[in-house]
Amino acid sequence: MADLSKDDETTVEAVEAAINAPVDRGEPILQVRNLVKHFPLTQGIVFKRTVGAVKAVDGISFDLYQGETLGIVGESGCGKSTVAKLLMSLETATAGEVLYKGQDITKLSGKALKVVRRNIQMVFQDPYTSLNPRMTVGDIIGEPFDIHPEVAPKGTRRKKVQDLLDVVGLNPEYINRYPHQFSGGQRQRIGIARGLALNPEVIICDEPVSALDVSVQAQVINLMENLQDEFNLSYIFIAHDLSIVRHISDRVGVMYLGKMAEIGSDAEIYEYPTHPYTQALLSAVPVPDPEARAHRERIILTGDVPSPANPPSGCRFRTRCWKAQDKCATDVPLLAIPERFKGVDSPAAHDSACHFAEVKDVVGVA
Amino acid sequence: MTTVETAAESIGTTAAGGPLLEVRDLHVEFKTRDGVAKAVNGVNYSVSAGETLAVLGESGSGKSVTAQAIMGILDSPPGRVAQGEILFHGQNILALPESERRKLRGNKMAMIFQDALSSLNPVLSVGFQLGEMFRAHQGLSKKDAKKKAIELMDRVRIPAAKERVGDYAHQFSGGMRQRIMIAMAIALEPDLIIADEPTTALDVTVQAQVMDLLAELQRESNMGLILITHDLGVVADVADKIAVMYAGRIVETAPVHEIYKRPAHPYTKGLLRSIPRLDQKGQELYAIKGLPPNLLAVPSGCAFNPRCEMAQDICRTDVPPLHTVTEADGGELPGRGSACHFWKETIHG
Repeated sequence: MADLSKDDETTVEAVEAAINAPVDRGEPILQVRNLVKHFPLTQGIVFKRTVGAVKAVDGISFDLYQGETLGIVGESGCGKSTVAKLLMSLETATAGEVLYKGQDITKLSGKALKVVRRNIQMVFQDPYTSLNPRMTVGDIIGEPFDIHPEVAPKGTRRKKVQDLLDVVGLNPEYINRYPHQFSGGQRQRIGIARGLALNPEVIICDEPVSALDVSVQAQVINLMENLQDEFNLSYIFIAHDLSIVRHISDRVGVMYLGKMAEIGSDAEIYEYPTHPYTQALLSAVPVPDPEARAHRERIILTGDVPSPANPPSGCRFRTRCWKAQDKCATDVPLLAIPERFKGVDSPAAHDSACHFAEVKDVVGVA
Repeated sequence: MTTVETAAESIGTTAAGGPLLEVRDLHVEFKTRDGVAKAVNGVNYSVSAGETLAVLGESGSGKSVTAQAIMGILDSPPGRVAQGEILFHGQNILALPESERRKLRGNKMAMIFQDALSSLNPVLSVGFQLGEMFRAHQGLSKKDAKKKAIELMDRVRIPAAKERVGDYAHQFSGGMRQRIMIAMAIALEPDLIIADEPTTALDVTVQAQVMDLLAELQRESNMGLILITHDLGVVADVADKIAVMYAGRIVETAPVHEIYKRPAHPYTKGLLRSIPRLDQKGQELYAIKGLPPNLLAVPSGCAFNPRCEMAQDICRTDVPPLHTVTEADGGELPGRGSACHFWKETIHG
C-alpha cells in the first residue's frame, strides 16, 4: 500500500512537471490518437447481456496546436459532444489516447488527473441549465477555487471573481445576483468566466452560442476571440453552425457518424472541400444573401444519418453519397491526403477520408 | 348548430381579391406580477393566398405571440388581445365566439410548431394522431382515418408510410417528426399555415429538406404561409416578403431580395452585419451593443434607440411610425417600409 501511494506521488510529480512546462505557439498541446468510445447496449434487468454498442466515437485522431482554435462540425449524433466529454475525462475512452503535453490523460486518475483538469476547462451549450439556480454568480464562478485552492488563496477569492466578471464584460457588482436575473447572453458570459477561473490553457466550447439570439451571438463570439488573445488560450470549438465555425476557427474538422471525414485549415475546408459530406453540408447552409445563393449549387442529401449502433460497412457516408461505388461498401477510407492530391501544392491537398475525393467549390467564393 | 356551421363555412367563400389574412393594429398584453408586458404593440401585416411572409425577430420580439393571437391559442389569462383586428377572408375573427374559432383551427388555418417531439403525444401512435384530424373534423371512421393518415405520410415523403403508421413519435428522427407535424397541418387543406421556427431544431442538411417540402406543398395547394424565424438565412429562399419585428413592433417590411441588399432600419442592418458569413472570413464581427429590451419597460420613443448608433434626441421621444415608401420618396423602393426616423440615411448609407 505504502509503495503504491509513493508510486502515485511520483507520477503526480512527473505529470505536474510535464504540464507546467510551457508549450510554444504552434506546437501541439493536445494530441488525440485513435480515440474510441462505444456505449454498450444491454438487454435484461437481472442478467444484463451486452447486445451491441453505440459507436459514438470510432477512431478519430487530430492535434490541437497552442493558441489556435480547432472547430469541429457535424450533425447531431455524429459524436462531437462525446469527443468533448472524452477530452475532459468526463467519460472513459474505450480505446485510444488523449495526449496533453505528452501525458496520456485517459490513463490518469486521482491527483494526477486533477492537475490536468485544471488546465482543460469547458463552456457548455445551454446557459440556462448549466448554471445552478440556487447559487449566486459569485459562488458559481468561485466554485472551481474550492476544488483547486492553490489557484486562489481564501482571502483573495472575492476579488478574483470580481476580476473575472470584469474580464467577461459584466458589472463586478453583480457578484451576489442569481442566474435568473441575467439574460441568455449574460449567462453565457458567466459560464465563460467560470471556465476561465483556473487559468486553463485549453477551453472546450460545446455549442457555446447556439442557444443565443443572433444579435447577442456576435458579442459572445467577439468576447471569446479577445479572451483567446489576452490569455493565450487554445480552443476546441464544437458547433453545428458552419458560418460561426468558419469565423472563429483556424482549422476545422468535419465529423460524420463517429469518424473524422475531413480536416484542414478553414480555407481548405470551406473553399476546397474534397469530401462529399463536407460539400453537402456546406451547400445546405442558408446564406443570407440572395445574390450569393444564385451562384451556389445546392446538394440536398436524401435520408437521415444512419444509427451509430449499426453503421454502414466501409465508408459510413456511402448510404447518402451520390458518388458511392462498390469500393465504398468494402473499404474503409482512411483520413489522409487523397492519392491524387499527393505532392500537389494546392489547398486541396489536405486530409480527407474519401476514395473519390475531388474539389468542388460549393460556397461560391467569387 | 346550423347557424354556427354556416357562419364558419361562409368564411373562405367570401374571399374576393383581398388578402387572405390581414392583421390590423394588433396589441397583445400579458399581465405579470411586475406589471403589464406589452408583447405586441400595434402590428400590421397581410398575407395573400400563395404568398409567404417571413416574420423575423429575436426572442421576445412578439413574433410568436402575434401568431398565437391569429390562431386563437393565446394563453389567456395572463395574455389578452387589447386592441386590433384580425381579418381572415375579410371577416374579423377576433369577434367570433370561441366555438367558431375552433372550427377554423385545423380546417382553415393550421400551425406547425418548433419542437415536434414535445408537440406530439408520446403515448399515441403518429397514425392515430394524424387520423384524429379526420375523425374529429370530418367524422370519418377509424379505418378510413388510418387510410387518410397513410396518404398524408406519403405526401410528406415519409418512407414506408404503411409500415410506420403505427410507430410512435420517439421512433422517428427529428426531420421525420417535423414532417409529421407538417402532415398534420396540411391534413384538412387549410388556406393559411403558420410555421413557428419549423427548422430551428433540425440539422442543416435536414433543414434544407424540410424547407423544400414546405415550399412545395404550399405551391401545390396555393396556401398562405407565415414563416416565423430568427434565422435570416433560412427565409431568403422561400419567403416573398419579410417583416422584421423588434420589441412588439414591426420595424421594417420589404420584398425578400431587397432587405439583404439595402436594409432600411438600423436594427436589420446590424443583424445582417453581425452574422458571420460562410463565404467570407472577416476580422471582428460587428455586434449590436446592449440587450433586447425588457417588455415591462420598453424604452420611450423608438424601442431600439439605446442600442442604435444613429440615435438622436428625436428617437428618444417620438415613436417612429412604420413609414411606407411611396412614389413621393423617389419611387425606386417599391414595397418597402421602415419604422425609423432616419430611414433614408440608413437605406442609402
